[in-house]
Amino acid sequence: MVGHVDGNVLAGPLSELFQFDVTTASARCVSCGDVATLACAMVYVEPASLIVRCRNCDDVLMVIVQEPDLTCIELRGMAWLQVPR
Amino acid sequence: MGIISRGFSGRSREHNPDLPPGQYLTEDFPVLSAGPTPNIDTADWEFSIRTEFGAVHSWSWDRLHELPIDDIDTDIHCVTRWSKFGTSWRGVSLDTLFADVDTSDEYVMAHSYGGYTTNVPLADLLDGKAWIAFEFDGEQLDPEHGGPARLLIPHLYFWKSAKWIRGLVMMDDDEPGFWEQNGYHTYGDPWLEQRYS
Amino acid sequence: MTDGIKPNVWKVGIVAETRTETASGRSILLDVPGWGGNIAGQHADVRLTAADGYTATRSYSVASAGPGDRVQLAVDRLPTGEVSPYLVDDLIVGDQLEIRGPLGGWFVWKPEIDGAEQTGPVQLIGGGSGIVPLVAMIRSHTASGSTAPFRLLYSVRTPDDAFFRTELTEPSRGLDVTWAYTRRAPDGWPRPAGRVTTADLEADAFPASLSPAVFVCGPTGFVETVANALVELGHDPSRIKTERFGGQ
Repeated sequence: MVGHVDGNVLAGPLSELFQFDVTTASARCVSCGDVATLACAMVYVEPASLIVRCRNCDDVLMVIVQEPDLTCIELRGMAWLQVPR
Repeated sequence: MGIISRGFSGRSREHNPDLPPGQYLTEDFPVLSAGPTPNIDTADWEFSIRTEFGAVHSWSWDRLHELPIDDIDTDIHCVTRWSKFGTSWRGVSLDTLFADVDTSDEYVMAHSYGGYTTNVPLADLLDGKAWIAFEFDGEQLDPEHGGPARLLIPHLYFWKSAKWIRGLVMMDDDEPGFWEQNGYHTYGDPWLEQRYS
Repeated sequence: MTDGIKPNVWKVGIVAETRTETASGRSILLDVPGWGGNIAGQHADVRLTAADGYTATRSYSVASAGPGDRVQLAVDRLPTGEVSPYLVDDLIVGDQLEIRGPLGGWFVWKPEIDGAEQTGPVQLIGGGSGIVPLVAMIRSHTASGSTAPFRLLYSVRTPDDAFFRTELTEPSRGLDVTWAYTRRAPDGWPRPAGRVTTADLEADAFPASLSPAVFVCGPTGFVETVANALVELGHDPSRIKTERFGGQ
């Protein structure tokens, strides 16, 4: 696929790891400090992985690797994730 | 396994002795993008090798083109399971670029414009196994496919062939690059199906 | 969402009906026991499994809204796609597929929130099959008898490329529809064929002064162009929700 999609697409894959809808959570980018709803992040979809980038500075917020026998999620690009209750 | 979807086969996965395990053959050249495609003017482009002694060997676009240029015909294998046979490239061998580089480190971190990194043992870059490639199929390499220039290490999974290459940094240890930090295999041999560690 | 609904569990959907929408797209109506209804604008993940265990998963917007286990998807065939050609050309009534959802709580419109009716104006802007989640919002608006003013700007290549054409040609009360044709307009159409411009948005969308909630869905390039133009016209970026589905 050429180009990116919105963070909305993360709802399904991340429902395997989180009890809540992560796309409505807000996150702070470690690189630039931008705070945004995860649904607004830019997601690059590859066949076995999702690369989530900051809408403001393009830096990587999160990487999700999905294979038949494993899901790996890296969150180093986020200072925090905040969930509405 | 879930329910079988009647009549769904997905991309064909055939048996072929030239095809590494778990791969399918494709005629086109899929574009995978982990981020925005950087636009690099060849006038500003530079490629460098930095050693543990702090020495920096660098080449401008023009200087790179003054070096001997190889024609490379090779199969390529992507960890996302596509393989493409008989791709043709032109580029400069890393043997040429390392000729005057003094290092005793055994590992290399490749750095790209746009921030991507990947780690490779130095031995896998030498002896005619790797190039800085700037032409594909007789044309200037598209930015989508890593132009102006990309690393080409066809005997490893293609994520090791870093797009938009800007430099190599020698390392005494094998540190993980971008995908390797995310669970991809540190070496990535397609014939051993080294996809994930 | 009510208790007991588990969006994250893969469920089995049975194809109840298919409808041709365009030369390259169709609607698929699925009966999905346990779906439990969805909010307008949500999406679903569809997973196909080949006989040898190979799987492929894709996200699709849901065109239906409200309670019940009947789910409508509408899919456009991508020429080099792996999943969409199967869904558009091969799937037949009675087939089963796996579906996960409803998913996503961001790109949604609800007729009421915490018991309060939502009366603010809503501007929908869709490109091609990006109409799908917007149609769900229109249906939710109609079904709830909402008094919120709705406008839709729908950009398609030609009249033949419109999804839900009949439904949108005779819109319900409280909905204005503007068609923007990018390649070929019907004979005598007032607007010449061409891509949606800032001038189109100025002429046909709710103005920024009304602070409408704006939902934009379509190919990535379309969404970026429209979202940038809206900001240029003074719309508050936080009022603009987007759903890009890739492509050019």
